[in-house]
Amino acid sequence: MRSFDYVRAGDTAQAVREAGSEETRFIAGGTNLLDLMKLEVMAPGKLVDITRLDLGGIEETADGGLRIGALVTNSDLAADARVRRGWPVLSRALLAGASGQLRNKATTGGNLLQRTRCYYFYDRGEPCNKREPGSGCAAKDGVNRILAILGTSEHCIATHPSDMAVAMRALDARVEIEGAEGRREVALGEFYRLPGDTPQIETVLKPDDLITAVLLPAPAGGRQIYRKVRDRSSYAFALVSVAAVIEVEDGVISKAQLAFGGLGPMPWRDADVEAALVGAAPSAALFDRAADILLAEAKGYGGNDFKIPLTRRTLAAVLTQATEASA
Amino acid sequence: MTLETIRHLKHDTPDHDRRLDGMAQGVLGTDMDRPEGPLKVSGRATYAAETAPEGMAHGYLVRAATIGRITGSNAEAVQAMPGVLHVLEDERMIRNAAQGMAGKSPVQKQGQAWYVGQPVACVVAESFEQARHAAQAMMVTIEPDGTHAFDAESREAQVETPEKKQLVQGDFDGAMSGAAFSIDNDYRTSSMSSAAMEPHASIAQWDEDGAVTLRGSYQLLRFNKNELADVLGVAPEKVRILSPYVGGGFGSKLGLAPEAVAAALSAQVLGRPVRVVLHRRQVFETVTRRSETKQRIRLACDAQGKLTAIGHENLVSQLPEEVFSEPVAQGTHFQYAAPNRLVGHHIARIRRPAAGSVRAPGEAVGVTAFEIAVDELAKAAGIDPLEFRLRNVPEKHPENGKPFSSSTMEATLREGAKRFGWEHTAPRQRREGEWWIGTGMAGCVRVNMMIEAHARVVLTGQGVRVECDMTDIGTGSYAILTQVAAEMLGFAPSQVETVLGDTDLPPASGSGGSFGAASTSTAVYLACMELRERLAAKIGVKETELTLKDGHAIHDNRQTKLSELLGEEEWRALGHLEPGKAGQDVRQATWGAVFAEVAVSDVTGETRVRRMEGTFACGRILNLKTARSQCHGGMIWGLGLALTEALEHDPRDGHMVNRDLAEYHLPVNLDVPQLGVHFLEERDDWANPLQAKGIGELAICGSGSAVINAIENACGVRVRQLPATLDRVMEGLAAHD
Ligand SMILES: Cc1cc2nc3c(=O)[nH]c(=O)nc-3n(C[C@H](O)[C@H](O)[C@H](O)COP(=O)(O)OP(=O)(O)OC[C@H]3O[C@@H](n4cnc5c(N)ncnc54)[C@H](O)[C@@H]3O)c2cc1C
Ligand code: SF4
Repeated sequence: MRSFDYVRAGDTAQAVREAGSEETRFIAGGTNLLDLMKLEVMAPGKLVDITRLDLGGIEETADGGLRIGALVTNSDLAADARVRRGWPVLSRALLAGASGQLRNKATTGGNLLQRTRCYYFYDRGEPCNKREPGSGCAAKDGVNRILAILGTSEHCIATHPSDMAVAMRALDARVEIEGAEGRREVALGEFYRLPGDTPQIETVLKPDDLITAVLLPAPAGGRQIYRKVRDRSSYAFALVSVAAVIEVEDGVISKAQLAFGGLGPMPWRDADVEAALVGAAPSAALFDRAADILLAEAKGYGGNDFKIPLTRRTLAAVLTQATEASA
Repeated sequence: MTLETIRHLKHDTPDHDRRLDGMAQGVLGTDMDRPEGPLKVSGRATYAAETAPEGMAHGYLVRAATIGRITGSNAEAVQAMPGVLHVLEDERMIRNAAQGMAGKSPVQKQGQAWYVGQPVACVVAESFEQARHAAQAMMVTIEPDGTHAFDAESREAQVETPEKKQLVQGDFDGAMSGAAFSIDNDYRTSSMSSAAMEPHASIAQWDEDGAVTLRGSYQLLRFNKNELADVLGVAPEKVRILSPYVGGGFGSKLGLAPEAVAAALSAQVLGRPVRVVLHRRQVFETVTRRSETKQRIRLACDAQGKLTAIGHENLVSQLPEEVFSEPVAQGTHFQYAAPNRLVGHHIARIRRPAAGSVRAPGEAVGVTAFEIAVDELAKAAGIDPLEFRLRNVPEKHPENGKPFSSSTMEATLREGAKRFGWEHTAPRQRREGEWWIGTGMAGCVRVNMMIEAHARVVLTGQGVRVECDMTDIGTGSYAILTQVAAEMLGFAPSQVETVLGDTDLPPASGSGGSFGAASTSTAVYLACMELRERLAAKIGVKETELTLKDGHAIHDNRQTKLSELLGEEEWRALGHLEPGKAGQDVRQATWGAVFAEVAVSDVTGETRVRRMEGTFACGRILNLKTARSQCHGGMIWGLGLALTEALEHDPRDGHMVNRDLAEYHLPVNLDVPQLGVHFLEERDDWANPLQAKGIGELAICGSGSAVINAIENACGVRVRQLPATLDRVMEGLAAHD
């Protein structure tokens, strides 16, 4: 770990003011950043501690939604009675992530910004365009079982590892940001960037942009499912995950909001998939068609080829469960 | 007054006296808590890194990022970094951990980086953070030295076929071709890590007389002492190793590891104590792993399901110049009878981190693959797999005709089946929602070993002290040695103090190969017998007429306090066990049977183990609680071997890719169902005078196959490459769709 300056911010304005260079990072729970600093994968010269800021609450908004403070822990968010009632897919996604100890520490803002778990990103002995732009991508021809099949580029095939963000994407969440020019909101769908030839740039945030909250619209209703497929029963990142909000009326799908984890560099959502489902009667053939659309551009890199059939099977199972006539 | 007498046993013949059965204290075999348990759970047990001698500096290892000849480094620049005291680039640094019981230096650095991840330098600084940062800034120049193979199965790999390790008996090919039923399959197991909870750590300190004391985390101290002495080029008398508490070993701490050598060399240069702790990622790379295996298993049987041919040909990997190779077929030689036999052993010399002994080397992977193959043959023959095994219980060692010291295979199979409620059905019969449900079973077997051990027992009127350099690697040595002494000398366990983990004490067996409990307990037993005889002589009775209980000597209806008999005296005895012909004239082994029920998702191929029942016969149980814990651990290891654990090696340079506990998947609590463990208590007189045998490793030797066989029974998918991760199962499911 490199030596660094440490500033504890007293209010958001100070936090934003103290940031502002590539060298500076905010630190919240530290569950990701500290690991990366110990390995010197990230080596900020200055840390701005935001844990004393007043960003810890969950409030109801005028439109019936929720405003989740950036410092709300994953545990508290998952346990919130309003979340469990109105946005259960979010609660389930959170509980499917990490471990109890980590969730107690991990924050909403930090979770959105956690870095990829690509093995080579963590290994300074290996080329990695995300860690060291221009050095190459060791994963493409290496061990890539856990990496992405959608939205990749020749420069990077990493996934975004979050479960929480997948549910939030399905729920049309927006990110509230405080920056040098004041406050703004960005839809989660526009928050992350594809790697292209700059995989080191992962979001639309500028260095002094502080996430202050995540905004959820009014409850989406429908059946909500989070299904996470992984290598052991708990405490493993998703190989594939599906967050689904589905409603069926008169035998026809009337609402379909679907986001996927483990597939791409961001929580993945595909409007064409949803358009194909809405207005149609649920059937195995329909679900297959939805998978065709979702996976049309999918590309495996050897070790992760299995994610293509796995996604197809998992999506069909989730859609079947979500559209079954309730007993 | 402090006369120490010695009782020596060369173990050549069975001991039918079973003296332990005549003792009266009643503590042996109970589920007594570990005496050091309260220290451990309250953080007062000091593990290797948990002391800080005055003036201590911190070292951090530097890793080779490529393979080749070491030609230079930026040591000078690193030396100038804040806090840096020394950059160690000594040629005596070791390439990888020593193999178990080597007793001499492993391969040293020799100006070479043999594998990616090899420690090539150590940076020592005032603080841990400074050392780590400087080590990360250190660049070692490595010139490529040609092309290498990284995969045992690649065409470039050099393969050795040591003559001594091949076996042909009878007409194997003839038996195969003329068989009523046969199978011929390749099975593969993955490269695996011990992943003990406590990372390796050493603190070295030299005194003015050129003697070094090392606080480390090791399993076999008397060997480790010689290893360190040999590496440093000093006399063994100048080396003292302290390992009072060890946070898990599983083979990874059998041999001296690079951090100990780096600490000792740096401390010598600097003239102050140096601590080197391995980062978790360094533990994975520099400590020996379990080799991946490819096992071709060919089996044939007659129409009645009697095995007629057994073929087991194995390919394992290892670094050049390393003597150990995973003894895959160790159990195959005697587990089942068949007149025609073929064993092949091949070692591919490749550039992956060194392989070595990991819990139950040989049988863990060998029996596991073999028991899958047996399941396949039973199926081909249309015979219930339990029944199939019962028809093939060997009466004597099938290769050399020696008798078994005890034969409990059939009993464990039958008892296990009863406890589990075994009922075999065809595959794909039971379904709950998307989950296929199935059951599977397997036999377990592991060789039983004893090695030389010494222990001192000191008796006073108030209690007993047991002393030796035995280690407790979490297994319960403190508990069982306390119990043996308490039982033999008639004191409550609270009046017995057991002092371990110090090479200044008599050299015990150490912990490894499941030989620790039986070997060192025997040494303690011998010392106690010596003291009993001295007591009997003093009283004037025969040892067999003497009852010792609650601090009293009882004989001829008279009862005398030991404190009266001994007064202020301290009686000392040294027990010395030397293995002898008893280990050679018969085949000693432990046996078991494991049954499992699993659910397999028809969607994703995920497997959930729902229940697992193990029945084991492994000699006299010295402590029910620690014995049961060993079996729980072994069964969970089996589960990991079957379902989750695999070290991934980069195809281009062999380096370990997933070298942390987030991506090397050990089973977590939710993966482990309620585990049933049942012991068939036996008295194997060939084992030792205690009739105690190895326990720790038995449960891993086959239990994974019960899971794999259950997967097949559940969903009809036969997985032959372990672990059976969901993608491998899903591929098979897709074929059924
Ligand atoms: C072993 C392990 C297993 C895990 N498993 C899972 C899993 O299965 N699923 C899953 O979803 N996650 C998993 N995680 C990841 C975990 O959820 C994240 O580490 C955690 O959510 C990060 O939150 P934090 O508050 O600790 O972030 P930090 O580590 O403090 O910060 C992470 C990043 O976010 C930035 N940041 C933090 N807060 C703000 C803010 N308000 N504004 C701007 N920038 C900010 C920091 O600068 C930093 O770059 C796992 C982590 C570990 C270590
Ligand atoms: S996939 Fe991305 S993160 Fe992984 S090595 Fe390639 S560039 Fe780096």
